[in-house]
Amino acid sequence: MAMTETMTVNMGPQHPSTHGVLQLILELDGEVVRKATPHIGFLHRGVEKLSEYRTYHQTIPLTDRLDYLAPMSNNLAYVLAVEKLLGITDEIPERAKVVRVLLAELTRIKSHLVWLATHALDIGAMTVFLYCFREREHIMDIYEKISGARMTTNYFRVGGLSADLPDGIVNEISQFIDAMPGHIDTYEGLITGNKIWQKRIKGVGVISAEDAIDVGLSGPALRASGVDWDLRRDDPYCDYEDYDFKVFTSNDCDTWGRYQVRLLEMREACKLVKQAIAKLKPGPVIADLPKVCLPPKQDVVNTIEALIHQFKLISEGFKPEIGEVYQGCENPKGELGFYLVSDGSAHPYRMKIRSPSFINLQALPQMVVGRMIPDVVAIIGTLDIVLGEIDR
Amino acid sequence: MSENAAVGKLKAKFASSVLDVAEFRGETTVTVKKEDIVAICSFLKKEVGYNFLTDLCGVDYLGKTPRFMVVYHLYNIGTKERLRLKVPVEESDATVDTVTGVWSTANWHERECWDLMGISFNNHPDLRRILMAEDWEGHPLRKDYPVQGPDRRPYQGRIS
Repeated sequence: MAMTETMTVNMGPQHPSTHGVLQLILELDGEVVRKATPHIGFLHRGVEKLSEYRTYHQTIPLTDRLDYLAPMSNNLAYVLAVEKLLGITDEIPERAKVVRVLLAELTRIKSHLVWLATHALDIGAMTVFLYCFREREHIMDIYEKISGARMTTNYFRVGGLSADLPDGIVNEISQFIDAMPGHIDTYEGLITGNKIWQKRIKGVGVISAEDAIDVGLSGPALRASGVDWDLRRDDPYCDYEDYDFKVFTSNDCDTWGRYQVRLLEMREACKLVKQAIAKLKPGPVIADLPKVCLPPKQDVVNTIEALIHQFKLISEGFKPEIGEVYQGCENPKGELGFYLVSDGSAHPYRMKIRSPSFINLQALPQMVVGRMIPDVVAIIGTLDIVLGEIDR
Repeated sequence: MSENAAVGKLKAKFASSVLDVAEFRGETTVTVKKEDIVAICSFLKKEVGYNFLTDLCGVDYLGKTPRFMVVYHLYNIGTKERLRLKVPVEESDATVDTVTGVWSTANWHERECWDLMGISFNNHPDLRRILMAEDWEGHPLRKDYPVQGPDRRPYQGRIS
């Protein structure tokens, strides 16, 4: 009888978003994975610890750097948590809320574009990568015009936005959004019907609804296992309940299902952006709460009083009352949550980030066991992880 | 605000375990004894429907007794309700029973809590450091751990 023994190999980095900070140790029986052990923590930047030594305003730029493929969404989750802690959720101006939705959905498209690009590239489809990054560049240009930065936007503020939208940007976003469904058709035309693509992802990385909930999956990864749950609808923020949108699920529970769900979400995000643009009305973009909100940017650059006010608010901060809150947001990768504990001082006493990539990655070992090595690549891609968010 | 339905059920079933119930900004926080955490979590999952463990972490209240709190954020996907559970943990006995048997997602959460806060979890299947290196000394999220890392003088400048 032939003797078999397992072999242990190091795998990675292979996925662009893991860029050397995810080590995967695989125990292989031939080409079949018997055990997978992810090793993380190579990037650990101590965001939670740093926040304890900063004011609430000063922490906002740290949040950009978590999921740097969706910085606006991270900003949003954090400022919503601070607003909840302060009890000023009802004071946010209408225009600020609409712009937040607009940019959160644009960010969803941007993040999903990187997922599709890199996932397809992992599996060998080079052209989709180039097309997706072309569209992503357009969103980065829009980001730059709005916030001054392409990646680390730092645009949302406690109480609203750092500045109003620049002139002409709404038209540019409209044009982009009008063209986007056509681009998605192109991606689908390239790969959805492709036999190789289908064979690489159908039935790969199957996880049942029960297991997905048990292991804590959230976002598209959970919905692709048939769980109809979306925080935008089920625990709404930024008046999402006033928007007309669908939550997509798939009963395939595999990489194909997650691919389908994310593509549908991109199309739905386009509709949400359009609705947000239709809702945009002139008005203030930051709440009139001088004790906690920064003065309008225009005043800061034109008057010494506003400049002093901004300086004091940023450096000395504000002091929320003693208490603790948790705010979760439906980010492109799943539920991003901030748990803030206030001791009444100007710094968060404790900030815990519930990062979706960290928890989604935990499902990897059970999804790859019994699969072949190339499937591991497809499964890491379908989880859509970003190590900045895992290591924090 | 009316009392959370889960709190009523919890009080009825584990009357002696519930130490405190607090409401803040519409969120309910229940503090329970750490000895009963596994039984309480099992009850909340099976009988009350809190099937999703959103998050688990530790908070260091240095200088207070007990020093630590382990915080569990639960979510009921069916009723869309949240509940926060807390268990006080003494510094001299910084251990809590693992809830990985209730929700397997607790595995990495508890590893992270052990790694960064130094709270150990009894019966955990794989309690290793997760973010710090294996030979790292200390637990960085403890309040008495210097922000700039070990072997560094405390920061003397202005930290706003």
